[in-house]
Amino acid sequence: MDKSETQSTDSGLASAMEWIDKRFPASETFEYHMSRYYAPKNFNFWYYFGFLAMFVLVNQLVTGVWLTMNYVPSGDGAFASVEYIMRDVEYGWLMRYLHSTGASFFFVVVYLHMYRALRYGSYRGPRELLWLIGMAIFIALMAEGFFGYLLPWGNMSYWGAQVIVSLFGAIPYIGPDLMEWIRGDFLMSETTLNRFFALHVVALPLVLCILIFVHIVALHHVGSNNPDGIEIKKDKDENGVPRDGIPFHPYYTVHDIHAMVVFLFIFCAVVFFAPEMGGYFLEKPNFEMADPLKTPDHIAPVWYYTPFYAMLRAATFPLFGLSAKFWGFVVMIGAIVIPAALPWLDRSPVKSMRYKGSISRMMLTLFVISFLILGYLGTQAPSKAGTIAAQVCTAIYFAYFILMPWYTRVETTQPEPERVTV
Amino acid sequence: MSEGAVNNTSGETDQENSTNSRRYFLIQATSAVAAVGAAGAAWPFIKYMTPSAKARAAGAPVKIDFSKLSPGEMLSPIVAWRGKPIFVVYRDQPSIDSLETDSGGLADPDSTNPEQQPDFAVNPWRSERPEIGVYVGICTHLGCSPKYVETDNFENTGQGGFFCPCHGSKFDLAGRVVAGVPAPYNLEVPPYRFESDTVIVIG
Repeated sequence: MDKSETQSTDSGLASAMEWIDKRFPASETFEYHMSRYYAPKNFNFWYYFGFLAMFVLVNQLVTGVWLTMNYVPSGDGAFASVEYIMRDVEYGWLMRYLHSTGASFFFVVVYLHMYRALRYGSYRGPRELLWLIGMAIFIALMAEGFFGYLLPWGNMSYWGAQVIVSLFGAIPYIGPDLMEWIRGDFLMSETTLNRFFALHVVALPLVLCILIFVHIVALHHVGSNNPDGIEIKKDKDENGVPRDGIPFHPYYTVHDIHAMVVFLFIFCAVVFFAPEMGGYFLEKPNFEMADPLKTPDHIAPVWYYTPFYAMLRAATFPLFGLSAKFWGFVVMIGAIVIPAALPWLDRSPVKSMRYKGSISRMMLTLFVISFLILGYLGTQAPSKAGTIAAQVCTAIYFAYFILMPWYTRVETTQPEPERVTV
Repeated sequence: MSEGAVNNTSGETDQENSTNSRRYFLIQATSAVAAVGAAGAAWPFIKYMTPSAKARAAGAPVKIDFSKLSPGEMLSPIVAWRGKPIFVVYRDQPSIDSLETDSGGLADPDSTNPEQQPDFAVNPWRSERPEIGVYVGICTHLGCSPKYVETDNFENTGQGGFFCPCHGSKFDLAGRVVAGVPAPYNLEVPPYRFESDTVIVIG
């Protein structure tokens, strides 16, 4: 780059930046997080999903704000206001479909983002805290989706929320009172709708944004993992730059924009051609207004909760004098939070699945398959065969975690390379 | 790229220049396409905030029956069209005469601003029929609704008119604004037609 040439044209901008930098660390922050943040050069397909999750978050925030302009959080007005948005508001249908499809895609990219961590051991030291913050984001996101699903005040919204809130009734002693406290009434009512609205549009988005900010600060402090699971910071050149690192900007920013375009092709195809996704993204009973006297024939949560819902239903027998209902609750909550223990469960000398042994690979494969089967079973009406399948898959799901300290130690691993392989 | 640079010094600058101009072109082209995309994506968000089909339906034409109105009165209660108050006044003969003759002290006595009335209302009464005046009852200053003053709105003539209590703007019975008050224009005349002798349709 010819400096003298660019200096004359950029001098105005440069002096403006200088003025700002004396008062606010703008350039310093940009360098720390972008142009001098060195990410491993061997990122592959699985490393797109963090960025894509941020992109979907922005979509949810923007379309959410716009929907709030016309949504009425009242028992009489909620359902009608959603229909009003769909029919009478200019581009209201687009705004709602972007938001509802965005919710499903948020979970798609977050699940893939989490799978990446399992595949390459991204949760291992020094990234334990990064992983825990990520788990907190996942739980906050589940809550955000749950609160949001009640807002259209359709019949599935109503009964789905009723079922989930009733889960808390399984907790011994405090359960019934806790349920009443969550609902603010003796049944799901306008009061419940109003507080879910407050939580969905103000409280949880705020929590999510703060957690994501902290997640990224933590990431940029410890540095990104990579498909080889080795630390690029161990091998730095004379300037202190990792030899296997490249600046996030412009290399990965441009890389991620490319991913965004591909993502948008798929996303827009769903938004415009299949926003209901055959009843998986927007469930059919939800086109009918909430009716406290009429339960839909078959209640299933939206697809992104179904693996955990299937595990809840898999608990069919009492144990240690506690009811099956209580154990279902414990199994479901346990399934959601157990990944948080991964940094301490994995005892393998290597991080990446590339160098781990065959038992680890087999367990991860079984884990993914059982998760998918559970997801399918959760959408189906309960049946005898389905329950047995769900019990087997639940056992595999937990075995992946509980047996990990054992199988990661006994298996033979391959040696990690010194430098990343591209 | 680096190989060529090592072999030939003059070729290096040429190649670097062409690389730079190519890079510049690509950045510009990408940015232009991105700007078009961003503008396209922004459009639904902007359009979303315009009046919805429901709001537009509320702006449909309204019928006003003024059969019970007698000379010197304004229709009450005031009817709304697109949510705005509509003044219907029945002027008596002295008022009509005074509108024709007395045009002293008005800012725009001849209704020269085409934005403020349909063409048929460009006359001293600013109406289709001299005795029936139809006006949007919103002050052209800052949007308050003026009061109807039956008599003595004007000290010199004793004629009635409209008075805006917010900032003291005065209009005559044809909705023409007095010079030297805050309101800049005459009151707006909505588009209307007579469906029968005593029924008008606004909109």
